[in-house]
Amino acid sequence: MLTLTGLSKRYDTGDLALTDITLEVPAGQVMALIGPSGAGKSTLIRCVNRLVEPSSGTVLLDGQDITRVRGTKLRQARRQIGMIFQNYALVERLSVMENVLSGRLAYLGFWRSFLRQFPSSDIKQALNLLERVGLETMFDKRGDALSGGQKQRVGIARALMQNPKLLLVDEPTASLDPKTSRQIMRLICELCREQQLAAVINIHDVVLAQQFVDRVVGLRAGKLVFDGPPSALTEKTLTDIYGEEDWSTTTGETDESDEAAAAAIDPLKPIGQGGHP
Amino acid sequence: MSNPSTDSGADQQRLALLKDGIWKPLPLIRDARWRWALNAAVLLYIVLAWLSVDVNWSRVAQGMDRGVAFMASFLQPDFVTRSGEIFTGLKESLTMTLAATVIGVLLAIPVGLGAARNISPLPVYLFCRTIIALSRTFQEIIIAILFVAMFGFGPLAGVVTLAFATIGFMAKLLAEDIEDTQKEPLEAIRATGASWLQWVNYAVQPQVMPRLIGLSLYRLDINFRESAVIGIVGAGGIGATLNTSINRYDYDTSAAILLLIIVIVLMSEYLSGYVRKWTQ
Repeated sequence: MLTLTGLSKRYDTGDLALTDITLEVPAGQVMALIGPSGAGKSTLIRCVNRLVEPSSGTVLLDGQDITRVRGTKLRQARRQIGMIFQNYALVERLSVMENVLSGRLAYLGFWRSFLRQFPSSDIKQALNLLERVGLETMFDKRGDALSGGQKQRVGIARALMQNPKLLLVDEPTASLDPKTSRQIMRLICELCREQQLAAVINIHDVVLAQQFVDRVVGLRAGKLVFDGPPSALTEKTLTDIYGEEDWSTTTGETDESDEAAAAAIDPLKPIGQGGHP
Repeated sequence: MSNPSTDSGADQQRLALLKDGIWKPLPLIRDARWRWALNAAVLLYIVLAWLSVDVNWSRVAQGMDRGVAFMASFLQPDFVTRSGEIFTGLKESLTMTLAATVIGVLLAIPVGLGAARNISPLPVYLFCRTIIALSRTFQEIIIAILFVAMFGFGPLAGVVTLAFATIGFMAKLLAEDIEDTQKEPLEAIRATGASWLQWVNYAVQPQVMPRLIGLSLYRLDINFRESAVIGIVGAGGIGATLNTSINRYDYDTSAAILLLIIVIVLMSEYLSGYVRKWTQ
């Protein structure tokens, strides 16, 4: 599905953000990309859809090398890759419906999109997706009228509107409270499995990642340092990825302790609310 | 993440004071000698500037009388005697203003898009910034003199002048607004595979539209005021009427014209405030 070969990125400032990443993600696999801030996680997923130009290496999507394409070909490649953002990245002055339908832009000519003349099949699909993420009554609301969790749901619907083969997800829960974080992660992973999408999810919360994903890849200073199932994450591997720290509460008995922690969080109490980024 | 090793002396001193409960914000200029030199330079400039002003007080006293006559006529503005000319001038000015604003804004939008560094490649950016710089370098009167020479006396020269000035003003402020847009929605719409025009329409336009409307209305009333000024050099409109009345020492009529300009500017001020509130 997605194959990265020898992918490197050096920014104009000379910083080497990614070094020789080789990675394969099969269809239907949800992969978490973990690593400390500045490890190159965001750069990696942005190299896949060319929001950042990779310096060398190839990105194959279903056998097509998308590092070489330009213009219309690039836009056709991009529309197969849905993206979900940390700060939701909704266009706040557009309505929920316009935000969701903007996922169809690459399938439409300029004048039809300018006049908001979307085919009724697109409109039905948008409504289905809004129902799926639980926001069907909000379609006329403006983006800035929604809460964080609702904005992220709209972001998910917009990405799926593209009928993508691959989802790139950049810190989907970093700005959300713990309960909403779980709901959002669960939603993303369920949708990927329903539609057999491959997904690359950048995530800081190791425990949350372990609970939902099939595979974990660890990045440190732009290099791949771990690749395995979530259960293979040990104190030693976490130290390899993040550096020295007491990891005893993070590994091992994740499931029970975590559900308990989630249950203990009372949304009315200020403690345990999602921190500010 | 400041570097404590470079000026640890000063920091130690401040830390010691801090422990005694004394703290002042860091001065804008670190070095006390530079601070004093700068203050002295400003003072010196003020003294020299004051000494260099050469006023002919007897001429001022003479002019005062005329000024007083001018002001006094405001107490009895004459709307009636030349009402026909005033009406024609005002109508011409309003027509010029509206036409110039619409043309100017329409032309300013592509220039503004090109002059925003975050969405345009460098050559386009430099080209559009050059247009803006040209349009903003020359004051309206100078441009009006040029266009009056090109197109002859009358409102056409006025419209072209105001439209040209509008391009520089609107494109510059629009470009700055585009550069201030949130980056993430821009990325998100680009990631959907949208074309450049779709991207501008879906990601950029919604973010800058309220300000574009507000600025256009603001420019509308600037253009009206400017139309009164450029009329003096022959570009038509109420300015021409005003100029004629002043040349005839017909200050009652001048006063009436000025009062009408004030009323119209106030009205457009009120209107633009209302529309801006509505677009938010």
